[in-house]
Amino acid sequence: MIDLDSCDPKLSHDVHRSSRTDLAACLQCKSCGNGCPFVGAMDFTPNQIIRLVQLGMAPQALESATIWICVGCNTCAVNCPMAIDIPAVMDALRHLALESGVTIAEPDILRFHREVLHSVKRYGRTHKLEIMMRYKLRTLDLFSDLGMGLNMLKKRKLDLTPSKINDIHHLDPVFKG
Amino acid sequence: MEFSYFPGCSLKAPGHENNLSLIAFSKAVHVDLIELPDWNCCGSSSAHAIDPTVAALLPQRNLSLAPKGRPLLVACPSCLLRLRQAHLALVRDKEEQAAYEKRWQTPFDPNLEIIHLFELFSRIDLSRYLKNGENRLNGIRFAPYYGCMLARPPDLRFEANYHGLMEKVLARLGAVPLSWGYGARCCGTFLSAAKPDLATSVVNGIVAGAMDVEAECLVTACAMCHLNLELRCTLQKKIPILHFSELLSLAQGTMDPKRWFPKHLVDPRPLLKQRGLL
Ligand code: SF4
Ligand code: SF4
Repeated sequence: MIDLDSCDPKLSHDVHRSSRTDLAACLQCKSCGNGCPFVGAMDFTPNQIIRLVQLGMAPQALESATIWICVGCNTCAVNCPMAIDIPAVMDALRHLALESGVTIAEPDILRFHREVLHSVKRYGRTHKLEIMMRYKLRTLDLFSDLGMGLNMLKKRKLDLTPSKINDIHHLDPVFKG
Repeated sequence: MEFSYFPGCSLKAPGHENNLSLIAFSKAVHVDLIELPDWNCCGSSSAHAIDPTVAALLPQRNLSLAPKGRPLLVACPSCLLRLRQAHLALVRDKEEQAAYEKRWQTPFDPNLEIIHLFELFSRIDLSRYLKNGENRLNGIRFAPYYGCMLARPPDLRFEANYHGLMEKVLARLGAVPLSWGYGARCCGTFLSAAKPDLATSVVNGIVAGAMDVEAECLVTACAMCHLNLELRCTLQKKIPILHFSELLSLAQGTMDPKRWFPKHLVDPRPLLKQRGLL
């Protein structure tokens, strides 16, 4: 239900600013939702997310699973007749969700992203084995994929030791702002 | 011809065979790939997802390492997008350029060319290196798989695109491209790690789609797609997933199959033997 009294016009303003995309241009043609390969796992279709933002329905948009399920594949963006950068909108909503401290609908996905950045901060590159081990530990899901992981090690799809950059301090401006 | 070379994390670990075959192929066509010294991860989807500052600055450091006057060849399609977007954002914003120069203590190069392997084919004359090239791949039937690599965000929509490139190049070398419905369907990227079941349903659809048109293998130019398609496919009957660079090198006779093919999770050797390619 749309409760106009609780709508927040600031939402579309914030999203517009950080995604550099004017959502007022959206025609609700639904091309984005119809072509999204992951729409089945989303609670709102991408066009519904756009509508939520237009209407300023912040809690619904920021607490949605969709913004975390979206992988940013750009399938929707190439189909959009109005050249709306839908993945950039999803990025903006995720950042707003983290800033505003709402409940995160897909905490496992957030954990995974954090593990990736942890690895990049530490080595300058991603160390897939460590990312997966830490991720599995945090999600308390140690044994699924274990056989697969061993097979990957055997095939050297996963390296035991990380590939690192030499000058890790050269990355300071990235992580220390 | 000299290029700076950015392999990216996916080619460095899971995609060893992609990296090796790409380097072998380049050497054979007289393209020197000089690895970008001390390159870092471009941030992949995760930086974009949760930290816009980190997402903007990680690719910048790589740009700052690229020597002037030498195009930067990027092996991973998603790193390519990140690097191009970062470069474009700097070209458009003088203030950002100044901050960049202060941050990295090096002048910004607005003319740096950032290209993908596909763009190499408009710069070299393949027929010079592949004499009697026709039919080297002995009619192997492949489903060309691009995943999301050709889908551009709106700010890059006017740049040259490369639809059909793998079909054109490999057909000239004697492989048979098939037309099918899943060539541009995303492989699931990080969902393969964070939500394996979701990735599996998408990946199974892709591999089954290739088998429906009687493909003997799928061919991809993205190391991450390659890994996801091999790793997350749970179909009883599977077909091998080959890197574009592996088929190129195979056609050219510069391959080192002992080193590459055993690394596959779905062994392509029986198929390649049957087709007389090994
Ligand atoms: S494709 Fe573009 S215009 Fe159509 S509904 Fe989606 S965002 Fe709106
Ligand atoms: S970018 Fe996100 S919303 Fe768009 S098609 Fe891909 S997964 Fe769906």
